[in-house]
Amino acid sequence: MNLLEMNRVKKSFGGLDVIKDISLAVSEGEIVSIIGPSGSGKSTLLRCATMLETMDSGELIYLGEKAAWNDETGNTIYASKQELKKIGENYGLVFQNFNLFPHFSVIKNITDAPIAVQKRNKDEVYRSARELLQKMGLEDKENAYPFQLSGGQCQRVAIARALALNPKILFFDEPTSALDPELTGEVLKVIKSLADLQITMVIVTHEMAFAKDISDRIIFMADGVIVEEGKPEEVFSSSHERTLSFLGRYGGL
Amino acid sequence: MSISMMVSQLAAGMLVSIQIFLVTLIFSLPFGLVIAFGRMSKNVVISSVVKFYISVMRGTPLMLQLMVVYFGPYYIFGIKVTNSYRLWAAFIGFVINYAAYFAEIYRGGIQSMPVGQYEAAQLLGYHKFQTFFRIILPQVMKRILPSVTNEVITLVKDTSLAFTISVMEMFTMAKALASSQTSMVPFMAAGLFYYIFNLLMAVVMEWIEKKLSYYEN
Repeated sequence: MNLLEMNRVKKSFGGLDVIKDISLAVSEGEIVSIIGPSGSGKSTLLRCATMLETMDSGELIYLGEKAAWNDETGNTIYASKQELKKIGENYGLVFQNFNLFPHFSVIKNITDAPIAVQKRNKDEVYRSARELLQKMGLEDKENAYPFQLSGGQCQRVAIARALALNPKILFFDEPTSALDPELTGEVLKVIKSLADLQITMVIVTHEMAFAKDISDRIIFMADGVIVEEGKPEEVFSSSHERTLSFLGRYGGL
Repeated sequence: MSISMMVSQLAAGMLVSIQIFLVTLIFSLPFGLVIAFGRMSKNVVISSVVKFYISVMRGTPLMLQLMVVYFGPYYIFGIKVTNSYRLWAAFIGFVINYAAYFAEIYRGGIQSMPVGQYEAAQLLGYHKFQTFFRIILPQVMKRILPSVTNEVITLVKDTSLAFTISVMEMFTMAKALASSQTSMVPFMAAGLFYYIFNLLMAVVMEWIEKKLSYYEN
């Protein structure tokens, strides 16, 4: 069974079609990177998948459970609030600009939701949060506040915060786009270490070398449609005109 | 009359002023939040009614509002009010007036919050109530603190308006003493009291600001 299934998704903003009929399935353990020029609808697709945006039309299914489907007229209807809440536990999202809670310390950012939302045992939550911090190389930052951290450290905390809820699939929305090149590396390294843990990931990124290296599958999007998808080597050696013109800018990868 | 007698009478008035001050803050701060919600409500009827209420509260003199609250029950409804109602009228008048100002301060603070905070909270599964009280409000408090400090300091001085409905607060006392003793001293003493009161408030607000400075947005 597919972990995530999006069928015939359409989304427009004020008459501008941002996503034109996209279908996408992600199976368990798979790592999918979505690449493409700015404005091609990559981020909007992630925002539809994580229900930050409502689709105009199309289906959204997690592990066979329908979060949204079409009515007879082809408009999307969403499941009840309770059902959506339950389905929402399947996924986490890492934002481009982190969106950490500035008034919470690092450890509180990570532990608050598992304790307040999932009602898990406090000791257990703190223990696993400290393990996560260690994995992120931030064990000495437990009591720091976000404003005291570098962008790369903030993003690693944000990744830990998302992982603390034990999602089945983790979405990344341009996780390194707000970072300078020096800090990009440390975040990519952390994401790569998650790949080794068999976590299902969908990553929107402009880091082509990284995407080629980490992904099981690459999706190239342009102008609201999927132009091409396949194994990294296939997409990166594609002869498709649109793909070529985009990848050409990144030079011989 | 000796100076010490004057001071003790003024001090008695000051206690009433402090009472008005505390009651106003304790009730108008939470009430203002409720009004802010009404103002931001998606329901057009609620938001328009609240908008009108705020515009009346801000657009007419507090002195006049106090008189309406005090005399209104008799002139409008024919209800005989007792003497003890004076202080209650002051409490009510101050609370509904200051709540309107606080509501607009809250609204500004809430609307200045970046949408990313709400999105992050939604993704982490917080429900609306948790999102507001755990994530949004604590940050709003810090943002609006300078404006709240302004209102607090104005309130200290505004308590003297209770004079218009003859509440025995400090300014009423000072006025009575000044005319009976034909002396400026009661006014000077009252001025000093208000000033010290506000100095104390400034210290308190600064302390709160310091308490909230453990993080930056």
